[in-house]
Amino acid sequence: MTESGDTMNIQDYKGVFVFAQQEDNKLAGVSLELVGKAKELAKDLETEVTAVVLGSEIGDMAKKLGRYGADNVILADDPGLKVYMTEPYAHVLTQIIQEKKPEIVLYGATAIGRDLAPRVSARVHTGLTADCTGLEVDPETKNLRMTRPAFGGNIMATIICPEFRPQMATVRPGVMQRIHPAGESSAKVENYKVELPEESFNVEILDIVKKVSDKMDIQDAKVLVSGGRGMGCPENFQLLEDLAAAFGNGATVSSSRACVDAGWVEKDRQVGQTGKTVRPNLYIACGISGAIQHLAGMEDSDLIIAINKDEYAPIFEVADYGVVGDVTKILPAFTEQVKRAIAEKNES
Amino acid sequence: MNIVVCIKQVPDTNEVKLDPKTGTLIREGVPSIINPDDKAGLEAALRLKDSIGAKVSVISMGPPQADVALREALAMGADEAILITDRAFGGADTWATSSTLASAVKKLPFDLIITGRQAIDGDTAQVGPQIAEHLHLPNISYAEEIKVEGDSIVVKRQYEDRYHIIKAKMPCLITALAELNEPRYMTPMGIWDAYHEKEVKIWTLEDLDVDRSNIGLKGSPTRVWKSFTKPLKAAGTVVNTDVQDSVEFLMDSLRSKFVL
Amino acid sequence: MDFTLSKEHQMLRTLFRDFAENEVKPLAEELDEEERFPVETVEKMKKYGFLGIPFPKEYGGQGCDTLSYIMCVEELSKVCGTTGVIVSAHTSLGSNPIKQFGTEEQKQKYLVPLAKGEKIGAFGLTEAGAGTDASGQQTKAVLEGDHYVLNGTKIFITNAGYADTYIIFAMTDKSKGNHGISAFIVEKDFPGFSVGKKERKMGIRGSATAELIMENCIVPKENLLGKEGQGFKIAMATLDGGRIGIAAQALGIAEGAFNETVAYVKERKQFGKPLSKFQNTQFVLADLKARIDAAQLLVYRAAIAKDTMDRFSVESATAKLVAAETAMEVTTKCVQLMGGYGYTREYPVERMMRDAKITEIYEGTSEVQRMVISGAVLK
Repeated sequence: MTESGDTMNIQDYKGVFVFAQQEDNKLAGVSLELVGKAKELAKDLETEVTAVVLGSEIGDMAKKLGRYGADNVILADDPGLKVYMTEPYAHVLTQIIQEKKPEIVLYGATAIGRDLAPRVSARVHTGLTADCTGLEVDPETKNLRMTRPAFGGNIMATIICPEFRPQMATVRPGVMQRIHPAGESSAKVENYKVELPEESFNVEILDIVKKVSDKMDIQDAKVLVSGGRGMGCPENFQLLEDLAAAFGNGATVSSSRACVDAGWVEKDRQVGQTGKTVRPNLYIACGISGAIQHLAGMEDSDLIIAINKDEYAPIFEVADYGVVGDVTKILPAFTEQVKRAIAEKNES
Repeated sequence: MNIVVCIKQVPDTNEVKLDPKTGTLIREGVPSIINPDDKAGLEAALRLKDSIGAKVSVISMGPPQADVALREALAMGADEAILITDRAFGGADTWATSSTLASAVKKLPFDLIITGRQAIDGDTAQVGPQIAEHLHLPNISYAEEIKVEGDSIVVKRQYEDRYHIIKAKMPCLITALAELNEPRYMTPMGIWDAYHEKEVKIWTLEDLDVDRSNIGLKGSPTRVWKSFTKPLKAAGTVVNTDVQDSVEFLMDSLRSKFVL
Repeated sequence: MDFTLSKEHQMLRTLFRDFAENEVKPLAEELDEEERFPVETVEKMKKYGFLGIPFPKEYGGQGCDTLSYIMCVEELSKVCGTTGVIVSAHTSLGSNPIKQFGTEEQKQKYLVPLAKGEKIGAFGLTEAGAGTDASGQQTKAVLEGDHYVLNGTKIFITNAGYADTYIIFAMTDKSKGNHGISAFIVEKDFPGFSVGKKERKMGIRGSATAELIMENCIVPKENLLGKEGQGFKIAMATLDGGRIGIAAQALGIAEGAFNETVAYVKERKQFGKPLSKFQNTQFVLADLKARIDAAQLLVYRAAIAKDTMDRFSVESATAKLVAAETAMEVTTKCVQLMGGYGYTREYPVERMMRDAKITEIYEGTSEVQRMVISGAVLK
């Protein structure tokens, strides 16, 4: 039953929709990851992938979404959607869902997606599974199985939404893989007619302030040198910077929550349950004990090295290679060796 | 001004550990706390009470043991505490939880509703915006700063790489981040009064105007299909030696994996 | 009999523990090293009402019971003996006599700001020639019209220099011995009052301990506490309560050292296994834990007795005797279990051992407690 009392006929709902988030007319990375995942799901369901973009002057995004796997792109282009606001976005997306009746809608578990999706789910009366790290189609029932961590990553739970449509999920950025893009887009593009009622604008944005960070996004890094409380003091983060510099392009510094809470490093460096999920080629955990919340954000890294003075630190349980010892002594020597090795490689 | 704060009692997940042998959760002896984001929301409400005057009502949906969390809220300075508890509410997902909480909030006078962004045991961040939707109110999520300007509220709203300064007319709902503030301690007097002078009101299904089909397990669109602990990864190699040998070991490891 | 804590006491314990862990523990080592009085912690304790826990709300207090206050001293002392005794001396010695013996005017003027923590209290009884034997008082008070004139020197005064009001004992009639002692409320700014030499101590080094010097110190007549000649009674009644505070401090120090040691023996390896796997460690810890539990029951019994019984001198003396000796034994054995590291300042147990010793001495030595107990047994 829906809120209005109509009976929901599940068979009427078809297609996998992705809310393709943009900010400043740039598609969020997670949008492409979701399109990639949606393509897999759509194959299992023998249906199509539709990316929905809300914004203003967003026409050129359709091609990119098409190249990354969208069969259809719906563009809701309106000046009122230029900057994200909860109600105008919820209003338009709800209309699209009610009109198009998708069986699945995916959102990035971002500061936008985690605000918009619950609002929409309450409005269309359907379930929503947060922060998923796994999505698959049940081969028998064709229901979507949505797997997510709970208890700070201690338990994994697989959630289903069998009697309501669409099945909705927010998905953690960095978890799903985008596909290798096609050279040309073959997506069908629909320009959706937006009609925003005056009362949608129930809040006013007084100011937008961007945080400038000249550092690489830790989710884009190939090598992460990550520091925890065991670094001792913020000054010792220079040792991490030095090691990252030794690895060269693609390497940067990240941290555990403790250091962010202590004000040693910016929040955008934080790896873990309440920070970012990362999967670099190499993750070097320095003075990080490895609280379960931290592990949840980095354990899928290809290669994990841990340096910690406490031999019982849980980080060693996920590390491929571990060294028990004082980070402040080991790091300078390690950095020297890395520098030398890379210099040698460049010569040869 | 009337402020309603929604809080959840959660196990302190920092204290939850895995049994290394069985891989199952050790919950025994794990203390229960007020969810950190919710506590920051409560602190924000109490600061508004201190600065401009407000009545702060705190509500929590949960089992009878959640009484402790509400007493703690009273001991911090909340004026009123209500526990929404009934077997019929059990097994609720965020949809059913928010519809239950919304029906409780509706019984109270309010200008502002504050919830935490998300609970540390579930991390969904859904209940706040969903309550707002059920009550047809604007919501501002991820509040880092809150101030009141006349009949409006001005919030610094966090995004990944930016923040918006958003103004909304009250009544509205905001979801608070733990970063919002450093919650105060209780006081001995507050604790004493929470048990000797004040009460935690109990509201059950009968006290709420809510459709039975929108609450509890029955009113939940989602179901847990299965839950499991993550399979443990095979143990790596750990050495405990001097600096020089340690670095040698690390370099060999990197070479063997062709990183260098 | 019910040995479980009430819900409010359990929540109070959580509060005191969180405060101690977050606000007090990080400073403990520095206070000891630098012999520094923690003014910033006192300011925070004022804000959260820790300086008036057992006093009625109408006098600015928190309206809780003695057990609540005792648990506060216990939890603070687990991480920092210095902070524990500051609260204990302020509450039991500097403030409680005014609550118990003060006039309504004195309570409004002095107890209210003390209980709110706006003012800090202290207590001056001990003199160079009057320690365990209080009747040896040399400080004199002479009534001259509307004021008393005090002359004399007090020593070993906790909170000296940081306190705003002092309960000072002086002879108003030497011929009457103990019955010639009177008690006065002396403000730090009264003419002729000054703070003298600061002691350099073995333990509780952040707590201020100094001389008080009264040189023709003018004390208004209305600042006489109780009646003339009641001073000894006031001092003894005050110490009955104060001893429970010190017992709680001792208990806290013992628990703190014990907790540190338990964590250490689980980590430290010798002969290829953690120290905790050796039977000697296990048995020593078992004995210490049993003693701590026994001390805790006695301390809590005394705290409850103070609120429910007219006389609790014996309960208080027993609690202090056992808790202080427990603190000394536990800290000594903890240092021993931790070996060389226990003896270094890298770990806090050596500080706790030094802090423990004073609990066997001040507010009545262990010998005085034995006198009180045996006096009751043999009467």
